[in-house]
Amino acid sequence: MKSHYLAATAAACLTLSISHGAQAEDLTLCWAAWDPANALVELSKEFEAQSGHKMTFEFVPWTNFADRMLNELNSGGKLCDLMIGDSQWIGAGAESGHYIKLNDFFDANGISMSDFVPATVTGYSEWPKGTPNYWALPAFGDVVGWTYRKDWFERPEIQAAFKEKTGRDLTPPATFAELKEVAEFFQGREIDGKTVYGASIYTERGSEGITMGVMDVLYSFGFKYDNPDKPYDMEGFVNSPGAVEGLEFYKALYDCCTPPGASNSYMGEGIDAYKSGQVALQMNFAFTWPGFEVDPNVGGGKTGYLVNPAGPTGERFAQLGGQGISVVSYSEKQDAALEYIKWFAQPEVQQKWWSMGGFSALRSVVEDPAFAASQPYAQTYLDSMAIVKDFWAEPAYASLLQASQKRFHDYVVAGQGTAKEALDGLVQDWTEVFQDEGKL
Amino acid sequence: MPDTPIDRLARATPSSLARRARGLSDRAIAWVFVTPTILLLLAINIFPLIWTVRLSFTNFAANKPNAEVKWVGLRNYQRILTDPDIWQTMQATAHFLFWTLLLQVVLGFALAWLINRKFRGNDLMTTLIVIPMMLSPAVVGNFWTFLYEPQIGLFNYAVEFFAGIPASSFSMLGSVALAPWAIVIVDTWMWTPFVMLICLAGLRSIPDYIYEAAEVDRASKWRQFWTMTVPMVLPFLMLAVLFRGIENFKMFDLVVQLTGGGPGSTTLLTSIELKREAFEKWRTGYSSAYAIILFVTVFGLASIYVKALNKVKER
Repeated sequence: MKSHYLAATAAACLTLSISHGAQAEDLTLCWAAWDPANALVELSKEFEAQSGHKMTFEFVPWTNFADRMLNELNSGGKLCDLMIGDSQWIGAGAESGHYIKLNDFFDANGISMSDFVPATVTGYSEWPKGTPNYWALPAFGDVVGWTYRKDWFERPEIQAAFKEKTGRDLTPPATFAELKEVAEFFQGREIDGKTVYGASIYTERGSEGITMGVMDVLYSFGFKYDNPDKPYDMEGFVNSPGAVEGLEFYKALYDCCTPPGASNSYMGEGIDAYKSGQVALQMNFAFTWPGFEVDPNVGGGKTGYLVNPAGPTGERFAQLGGQGISVVSYSEKQDAALEYIKWFAQPEVQQKWWSMGGFSALRSVVEDPAFAASQPYAQTYLDSMAIVKDFWAEPAYASLLQASQKRFHDYVVAGQGTAKEALDGLVQDWTEVFQDEGKL
Repeated sequence: MPDTPIDRLARATPSSLARRARGLSDRAIAWVFVTPTILLLLAINIFPLIWTVRLSFTNFAANKPNAEVKWVGLRNYQRILTDPDIWQTMQATAHFLFWTLLLQVVLGFALAWLINRKFRGNDLMTTLIVIPMMLSPAVVGNFWTFLYEPQIGLFNYAVEFFAGIPASSFSMLGSVALAPWAIVIVDTWMWTPFVMLICLAGLRSIPDYIYEAAEVDRASKWRQFWTMTVPMVLPFLMLAVLFRGIENFKMFDLVVQLTGGGPGSTTLLTSIELKREAFEKWRTGYSSAYAIILFVTVFGLASIYVKALNKVKER
């Protein structure tokens, strides 16, 4: 009720301020420190010129982003007026009152969630999931996909060697079984006088890395978070035979086909391994793709982009990344912050956002007939966004994430126990978290 | 009449204040000076400690200030002490503590003993040796991750050069067997100079005439070392062990930078686990109980150790 009131008040204030000439404010936008953030700084100059507000940015490296920003929100800090928070924070943002509810503001300003890619609305804006309660505007669509060395795949001698070894043509993998076969083929192979390796995958222990990587594979092997008919009932879903097979596959991929020492790799390490020509295949979020296109080593047509491969039954899903932009409820400049969101939601701004390297989630941008051909990775991005699933976005997501980080790393990297034991343990951990939360 | 700064200060003191001060006893003046410090200690040390003890019996979560706080009795303590994962972190911490202390004491004392000799370039050598401890742990952790890199790391190449084991065939940070030793090596590299400096102070405090007397009595160098040098340096060495022990019990930054607690939970030390419970999972009540258990452990061990140290000093 309080958030309804706040949102309605904010929307009314915004309307008034626009009609009477708003007071210039100094707005702070908080986000992760990465390439898209730099693009947003450039894009926001237009907003500054139009509105008279001054934009300040607080960017934190990914490895500390959640720690730093969740502490800021939990302490009721006033540092951030606008927060581009991770998709999993939306539950805590809504239930703990960190974000203001945007429904009334959207209605008052003609912003419709049906104009955005459905998966991004569910992933970044809604809480509870599947209900029309919006706490963010989809700001940056992202998804885990794969890049591969197209130039290596096209070399006749490599194609011949692959055919000789496997009996089939070397084509971009369409299933995880094919992906492993390709990775095994490249592992330890000499290319241009250098030893290369099969694949770079997520194995990072400290934040969320290995969970993002494992989940990206598990979905297509039949993993489900809970019983669709009985929320939070996880037995037989999290640890289903398919999920066990998926986790065993991930470990096998780690053991057979990653570069030496890749026991703590996440986005940055993946980018380095791929750009330096160490690996033939690379798992990473789509935000990394524009950087590969302009890279002297792997750009200029040397890189191909792949939607997440299919699992053994043909099911195909991918791990959602990306973020929505929210107005922080502790901000004293909510009117100006809402003004920014209104500006950012405009189709022409979203179009410019895409052209600058930001992954727009506005349908008029991504469904434009020219979109697919606008970048070599555009179609892969579109196809990937159609099959996304996301990790828990519950208020207790950090505890749920810590448990999966430990269970997955213990099994995949440290080789302790079996996949079944890891997933059984995860059911136990997650059940305990939901019991503590009073949801079970 | 003398005109010292104290006299000038006395003259400048307002007469009303001076009258009041004159009426104070020495004991009262002592209290006036000590009280601010006591209040500060109470505010920033004792009160938080008492508050933490109180929180440890609740289910309080700092990220949910409006949620109902329930009294859970000893449940947090029971969960911690029966959790095999917690015992695993305790084991990892004990391994790290034991080996870093042992190596740092042996190497630190050996270095101090060598550097205590008079030779050309002694000062320069001392300065070079203490450089690692001047660096930030985050920086040290970062560059050692590169040194441990199987493909480009100098450490792996050195092992290949001396032992013939191929550099890319082993990963110091990715192997369950090697990672606990990897963090021990880095901490030893960084903090042995600290132990060396303390031992050096101990060695330099031994008067030369004692050795001269021993020479006159024809005591061998070996006997001089074990019956004179070691006992006289022992209090210094024990002090160094106390400092390093307390520091390493709360080790966080270096290990987070190197392994993040992995592979698996192999290098997950208690302080890393505590931080995750307190500030990532926001289980404030649970983490308070965890912190109290660690506090009691460190405080108990340190008290026993200080008593032993005092006995050694009295000898």
